[in-house]
Amino acid sequence: MSARKIGEVILDLQNISLRFGGVKALTDISFNVREHEVRAIIGPNGAGKSSMLNVINGVYHPQEGTIIFRGEKRHEMEANAAAKAGFARTFQNIALFKGMSVLDNLMTGRNLKLKTNFLQQAIWWGPARREELENRQKVEEVIDFLEIEHIRKTPVGRLPYGLQKRVELGRALAAEPQILLLDEPMAGMNVEEKQDMCRFILDVNDQFGTTIVLIEHDMGVVMDISDRVVVLDYGKKIGDGTPDEVKNNPEVISAYLGTQH
Amino acid sequence: MLYRETGQFKTTYAADQQIFPIRQDRIAIGLLLAVAFLGVPLVADQYWLSAILIPFLIFALATLGLNILTGYAGQLSLGSAAFMAVGAFGAYNFILRLDMPIIPAFLLGGLCAATVGILFGLPSLRIKGFYLAVATLAAQFFVVWGLTKFGWFSNYSSSGVITAQDMEIFGFPIDSPVSKYLLTLTIVSLLALMAKNMVRSNTGRSWMAVRDMDVAAEVIGIPLMKTKLLAFAVSSFYCGVAGALAAYCYLGTVEPDYFTLDLSFKILFMVIVGGVGSILGSFFGAAFIILLPIFLNIVLHPLFGLFGIDISTAIVSNMELMIFGGLIIFFLAVEPHGLARLWQIGKEKLRIWPFPH
Ligand SMILES: Nc1ncnc2c1ncn2[C@@H]1O[C@H](COP(=O)(O)OP(=O)(O)OP(=O)(O)O)[C@@H](O)[C@H]1O
Ligand SMILES: [Mg+2]
Repeated sequence: MSARKIGEVILDLQNISLRFGGVKALTDISFNVREHEVRAIIGPNGAGKSSMLNVINGVYHPQEGTIIFRGEKRHEMEANAAAKAGFARTFQNIALFKGMSVLDNLMTGRNLKLKTNFLQQAIWWGPARREELENRQKVEEVIDFLEIEHIRKTPVGRLPYGLQKRVELGRALAAEPQILLLDEPMAGMNVEEKQDMCRFILDVNDQFGTTIVLIEHDMGVVMDISDRVVVLDYGKKIGDGTPDEVKNNPEVISAYLGTQH
Repeated sequence: MLYRETGQFKTTYAADQQIFPIRQDRIAIGLLLAVAFLGVPLVADQYWLSAILIPFLIFALATLGLNILTGYAGQLSLGSAAFMAVGAFGAYNFILRLDMPIIPAFLLGGLCAATVGILFGLPSLRIKGFYLAVATLAAQFFVVWGLTKFGWFSNYSSSGVITAQDMEIFGFPIDSPVSKYLLTLTIVSLLALMAKNMVRSNTGRSWMAVRDMDVAAEVIGIPLMKTKLLAFAVSSFYCGVAGALAAYCYLGTVEPDYFTLDLSFKILFMVIVGGVGSILGSFFGAAFIILLPIFLNIVLHPLFGLFGIDISTAIVSNMELMIFGGLIIFFLAVEPHGLARLWQIGKEKLRIWPFPH
């Protein structure tokens, strides 16, 4: 673990319940996230992990519960407002803009930083061009960081799966988020790609102090990189603590880890 | 000079972000514009200007408009002709009632179309694809009905016909085919340039993001409603200006019934054949669909004549429809990115020529 200092609680989820018709995706879940930490959410398939992320950044709206972000209390997040508040994320099933190049996908990640209006952009010369160049500079930093210089101009639809995952992380990073939500960033990757991805995640956390909430199935990875872990099963929270605490929690062992050992 | 990117290293992002990053492309565009502005007026005869080049430019503009909405923002529309009608009748009324100069009148006509476009774009906030297309059909029928029904729009002329007033710009009369061609060319070139600038900026990226994956777009902070409605507005504005140009520089007199669903479909075909999501493709598509009937007319008669068959114009126009149909299916099935993509492939081949790998 690095020397970064874990701060106060910045995101506090209280008694979140989410239903889809008769399906209870989340039942009365509470946990918090501290500034600068790497917080993992684990659990078997269908446990409600993705639903949890979707609640956090306003893609899903829970029926019950309270979300407190930086002291501001809300019943639910709105996706757009969450982006403005500094949340960025990746999806379990890659959600890149398939028809656009890597560069354009990353530039789109910075859309909130671009302030000129469409008329100024239609004219191009002046503020729009200047802004485009400044943001291109920032995007190039992300491209360097993720080592994807060689595919800058490639349409993302043509990239292999592992690289697409990396580009999606890039799009999230381009927004310079305060909290990064990652839904299974290493799923379907080979060992080498996983190592790269781990390194990127830890570097982001370390260098920019970005708070990270991630869902991951690979227990080795989770135990290695996270500061605290929440365990979900059938939409309920069954464990919460440091990796070691969670590993030794009997309920967690029987529900989840038990099958792994 | 070979068509190459090599040797043209881009040392700054500014150089990389030029509108045409490859030098040969810049030269080609420069030449094309020189020919269009200087060469064509010298050599083209009245028929070429009035019957081919002016309508080509006008339909390229309308196609560009629809391409912004459908190709870039992913919102299917069958109302392009209606928005053209609003532009035409809007411009007519601004000139008639406010004695406005033509350029502002055309632009305001476009703005009227943009307003109507936003109204009929509202359903796009809830529905997608096929259902949205049906909703835009409403625009198509409603506008034509409204313009015919309420005589005010056509100054109470019979069957809603409007006749373009005489045009002048700063005292120069726009009455000859050459002057109308140059006016159309100027407006279309400027609007095409602005469209190109929009699609390479945040506006265009937001449109494409909404098209490709709207949930992800929303999550990174793109406001869906604003982005979609802006696409409807800009698209309808382009169609509206094209409509005004059609009335004033091409047709002279026009009635609401000119702007039928057939015309909307024709513009959609131009988008498909030219290339969905391509500015250049809009010009290819319009050229293709306008030139094809003329080409067939020239080719089919002698061709059948070879076999001693004298074919009627009706057969030629039927064959035209069949060939259209075949081509649409071809492009939809085989090359959804249309002629623009074929052009791109051609250029890529040229870039590595003569070594295929
Ligand atoms: N949009 C939705 N509509 C209906 N049901 C949903 C929706 N999203 C999730 N669910 C249901 O909620 C439950 C939790 O799903 P979720 O995707 O959150 O699980 P998960 O822990 O991410 O699983 P996995 O490991 O497979 O990704 C499942 O029963 C799922 O079917
Ligand atoms: Mg999931």
